[in-house]
Amino acid sequence: MKNAAEILKPNHTGEFKKNFTGNIPILGIRIISYTVVLLLASVLMYIFANGIKVINWEFLLSAPRNNMTEGGIGPAVFGTLAVIFLMIVITVPLGIFAAVYINEYIKDRWLARIITISINTLAGVPSIVIGLFGLGFFVLFVGKNLDEVFNTGMLLGKPAMLWASATLGVLVLPLIIVTTVEALKSVPDIQRYAAISLGSTRWEMIKTIVLPQARSGILTGIILSISRAAGETAPLLFLGCAFFLPDLPVTYLDLGLFAIPMINPAEQFMYLSYHIFVLTTQSTNPTLTKPLQYGTATVLVFLTLLLNMTAIIYRIKFRKNLEGLRGY
Amino acid sequence: MIMNDKPLIHTSNKAELNRIKEKFIEIFFRLNGLFAAILILLIFFFLIREALNVFMLINPFEFISINLKSEAVYEWYPTSDPARYSIVPLLIGSFLTAVPATIISTFFGVVLGVYLSEIASTGVREFLKPIIEVFAGIPTVVVGFFMLVVAATLIQDTINPPSRLNAFLASLGLSIIVIPIIASLTDEALKSIPNDIRMAAYSLGASKWQTISKVIFPTALSGVSASVILGFGRAIGETMIVLMASGNAAIITVDIFSSVRTISATIAAEMGEVSVNSAHYFSLFFIGLILFAVTLLMNLLAELFLNKMKKRFHLY
Repeated sequence: MKNAAEILKPNHTGEFKKNFTGNIPILGIRIISYTVVLLLASVLMYIFANGIKVINWEFLLSAPRNNMTEGGIGPAVFGTLAVIFLMIVITVPLGIFAAVYINEYIKDRWLARIITISINTLAGVPSIVIGLFGLGFFVLFVGKNLDEVFNTGMLLGKPAMLWASATLGVLVLPLIIVTTVEALKSVPDIQRYAAISLGSTRWEMIKTIVLPQARSGILTGIILSISRAAGETAPLLFLGCAFFLPDLPVTYLDLGLFAIPMINPAEQFMYLSYHIFVLTTQSTNPTLTKPLQYGTATVLVFLTLLLNMTAIIYRIKFRKNLEGLRGY
Repeated sequence: MIMNDKPLIHTSNKAELNRIKEKFIEIFFRLNGLFAAILILLIFFFLIREALNVFMLINPFEFISINLKSEAVYEWYPTSDPARYSIVPLLIGSFLTAVPATIISTFFGVVLGVYLSEIASTGVREFLKPIIEVFAGIPTVVVGFFMLVVAATLIQDTINPPSRLNAFLASLGLSIIVIPIIASLTDEALKSIPNDIRMAAYSLGASKWQTISKVIFPTALSGVSASVILGFGRAIGETMIVLMASGNAAIITVDIFSSVRTISATIAAEMGEVSVNSAHYFSLFFIGLILFAVTLLMNLLAELFLNKMKKRFHLY
């Protein structure tokens, strides 16, 4: 029979086993994790290191020259900004209003459920399938029929900036709605009751209590959707992205005395992400354009990184705000 | 005494006006909400309608094989004469890129997720988590560009596959975006486990690794499975990376180092030149619908797993 001292004596084999099975796998997980993060980061670093050399103001603003082997990405930057601007105009109000309806007005839980499920489903649809819808519905159905109604020939029934923006809008709509609903949900109900009990109407309550507090959360969603749209390529392949355009898609709104330049949404456009694609796969001389490819990729990655970082900072700020509100 | 000629309870036109205004605002919001919902339903109906149109022009069996000179041909050549619409090589292509990508990403993504949730200190986690989320948002065309320009040469020099662009290269590219997705979702699944369970395991004398491998991981298995399924759904729907790195040859093969053509890349490459309302046009919608159905199935499956996990924690 063992005495107490023997029982209490450290069991070396057990200790070793525990240490061995304890530390080695943890160490392994650590090493693998660091390696993966470093590998992923090195992909970006490699692109940055090669791209930063060609980036200057001239590269960002000038047009491609010499059969796209020289010059800059000015028209692509312009096209990207124009498409995203149109997309924001089309989608952001719709998304935010829809989210307000879902979170603040719906009484029928069944209807809320259906809408939420369909939004979640849409969020999982591959972007190329959304592109199919954009071409088939916006261009060939809506555009063609508008042309027939207004007798405008082939103005709208062809792939163009307007339809590309609308399609990207459909693509980011779930993102905007979901983030906005989350932002609205995070506003404590107590404050809603307080506002109502002080005699404000539902809209006054939403306008003065709910929306101001949900602002950074909503902004996070908008920024994320811009970043998503800027990085998207697949649906734009057949929605009016141009290989090269000599002129910017700009039209002049004639007001008699002077003309206001504005984006022409019925034109084709150049797009940063598509520009990378054509430079690498359809260029006449892929080796000669390599610096341009790296430069364009760097600009695009930098743009999306910047947007995502801003979104993350806003989210942190938003959470802090709420913590202040709730008192913990 | 001050005489007030105004009535005590004020029911003026202004209140009435306010009520009408409220009503209008509510109707405005409802219209927006319903418009968004209708738009979404429209996408589904439109896709299905366009896809089913194909059966007025093509025999359904032609999507599997076509008999040419009394021999079954499994090929996708919609522009040849007679046009061949077998989706078999495309399905094989999609799975030959998405499955290896999911396997690679599951290993590295889950390990990274476990590290983030269970091992990393709070400071490291707060630093790494946003970075990993940012990785998931890298434009896919940039990943495709990197695979095509840098990684393809690297693979060619080391493994020397028969074709420079191949399914393996594409699946490596897919891993770059799927690893962060799986890592991030795994981290969230593990973090959702109540801390009491960890503390209980430690108090029973379990080491950190024992707690992770015997307690935490099995408890969160449904959540981790959901993250893997979502990663697969993302990989199979991804277009630009496979379009640029897989070589796009529609052949039937199980060799991961041969060039393949996926469903998504086929749509991307052919939709621009197709003539509207032709059999080819509708058949592209049809394969789009297949892709949509596969991703939808994956999302539902993931949802199911997540619900299972949520239900489990209501017990505690």
